Amino acid sequence: MSIEPMVRAEQVHKSYGQVEVLKGIDLEVQPGQVFCLVGPSGSGKSTFLRCINHLEKINAGRLYVDGELVGYQEKNGKLHELPDRVVAQKRRDIGMVFQRFNLFPHMTALENITEAPTQVKKVPKAQAREQAMELLTKVGLADKAGNYPSQLSGGQQQRVAIARALAMEPKLMLFDEPTSALDPELVGDVLDVMRGLAEDGMTMIVVTHEMGFAREVGDSLVFMDGGVVVESGHPREVLTNPQHERTQAFLSKVL
Amino acid sequence: MTLPQDAAPPDRGRPEEIRAVPVRHPGRWVAVVVIAVLAAMLGHLMVTSSVLHWDVVGQIFTYPTVLAGVGRTLELTALAMVIGIVGGVLLAVMRLSKNPVLSGASWIYIWVFRGTPVLVQLFFWNFLGALVPKVGIGIPFGPTFASWNYNDLVGLFTAATLALGLNEAAYFAEIVRAGILSVDEGQAEAASSLGLTHAQTLWRIVLPQAMRVIIPPAGNETISMLKTTSLVSAIALEELTRAGQDIASRTFYEIPALVAISFWYLLMTSILSIGQYYVERYYSRGTNRVLPDTPWQKVRKNLLSFQRHEGAVG
Ligand SMILES: Nc1ncnc2c1ncn2[C@@H]1O[C@H](COP(=O)(O)OP(=O)(O)OP(=O)(O)O)[C@@H](O)[C@H]1O
Ligand SMILES: [Mg+2]
Repeated sequence: MSIEPMVRAEQVHKSYGQVEVLKGIDLEVQPGQVFCLVGPSGSGKSTFLRCINHLEKINAGRLYVDGELVGYQEKNGKLHELPDRVVAQKRRDIGMVFQRFNLFPHMTALENITEAPTQVKKVPKAQAREQAMELLTKVGLADKAGNYPSQLSGGQQQRVAIARALAMEPKLMLFDEPTSALDPELVGDVLDVMRGLAEDGMTMIVVTHEMGFAREVGDSLVFMDGGVVVESGHPREVLTNPQHERTQAFLSKVL
Repeated sequence: MTLPQDAAPPDRGRPEEIRAVPVRHPGRWVAVVVIAVLAAMLGHLMVTSSVLHWDVVGQIFTYPTVLAGVGRTLELTALAMVIGIVGGVLLAVMRLSKNPVLSGASWIYIWVFRGTPVLVQLFFWNFLGALVPKVGIGIPFGPTFASWNYNDLVGLFTAATLALGLNEAAYFAEIVRAGILSVDEGQAEAASSLGLTHAQTLWRIVLPQAMRVIIPPAGNETISMLKTTSLVSAIALEELTRAGQDIASRTFYEIPALVAISFWYLLMTSILSIGQYYVERYYSRGTNRVLPDTPWQKVRKNLLSFQRHEGAVG
């Protein structure tokens, strides 16, 4: 099979000062896959996600998105940093959804969604609004277009955040614990939207503690601990029959 | 689990509306009496005082040189604040930049301009002609293409505006910086992840949210600036205070002149305060679930609540 993986990590290392948080991550995410990342708190899941869209710089190894090096350019065997403008350009194609939503509080739901298309892609206002309304309908919030984030529930905010990321028509979506700040009864709505995205064939990397979602929707699952990949495989296999004792210990706590 | 049918609460109708006797505040009544007496004494002094000449106060209030002074004061305040705000935003952004040269330069600017009295800076800009007699366009240390006399180029008004504006920029920079730092980092992260550039993130996402923190001290700064402009009378620029002083020294109506210009300052600062209130209200959209009341709405509510008290007590 010769298709290019959407994300390829080779021995990715990342440290904050003296502390090494990622100690050599190797993995591949294929186009159209729902790739789940699980592991205990502090294992480096968020850090790895942030490296993928270059919110963090990696210290060693190679990280490719859609065949292109993240944040650098390789010329004559030497790495050159990309200028901020080019990094920003590449980030358009990678959507990110945060645990704490991070909606822009001074803009309505609709404005949150149209902001990037109009500012970054220079899409005409009317067209951006039309597209935003379609996205809001898709996440079930067409009637909340004029609400400010403070006037929405957590689950609604997170769905607007997903719509905002989708408005840039990304080829890859990163989810960092999208449901862990939500009340239990609101989790379902967000997971339903993500399930819909998966069915549409979106490539997604999902950091989550929702093992039910991972088992049901995930195509591949990686268990991380202490900055390394401990175990990986199909979610059903890893979750029902973990090989490594650290995985077993973690799963016995969360399941 | 299902509840047995008879567990439903029996319908006893809506309970009676609560009509409680409000808590009494005897302290308030004492305060009313004390303040009323003091106010009466002050009013008596104002009406009977022989130096207060209310008719003269009225005349000075609308005297042409005073009105021109009011115009000058407003002009100076507006221009100095524009320089202060633009400069302050620039300095704050420089200060927070990762480039050590920019943040260092900003630090030194703030250090110098905040560390010396504004009156000294005012004199400095006025007498800069002695240090730099000619200002020209050309190559530094090389040939000059055109040049002007400093004193022709920088008149009294320009010197005053520059002095006040550049001094204000140093203070405003710190206000803006605090505002920017008050915005959650997640906001800039979300903006970056959508592909917005640094500049777009700053202008469209971070600064509008920082405004909520910036506006209240900015209002204070503007009001303070309006009064600080009176310092420029020290370099003989004719503004409101100077106009009042001139009349006082010509006519010896010192107190009426002071009262008249004080009324002007109060009037202007009051209008600014009202303006500040509405700007704050605008930038609080999205953070409050409901917009705060306008002052007029507040007054009406207070009056209504007063009526309600009366009703309950009486
Ligand atoms: N900016 C930073 N400076 C220093 N250390 C950091 C920084 N960001 C993260 N870390 C550290 O890196 C480690 C990994 O953090 P990370 O947020 O990636 O964990 P995580 O797996 O996402 O955990 P959680 O499930 O709690 O979100 C943690 O020990 C954390 O303290
Ligand atoms: Mg995390």
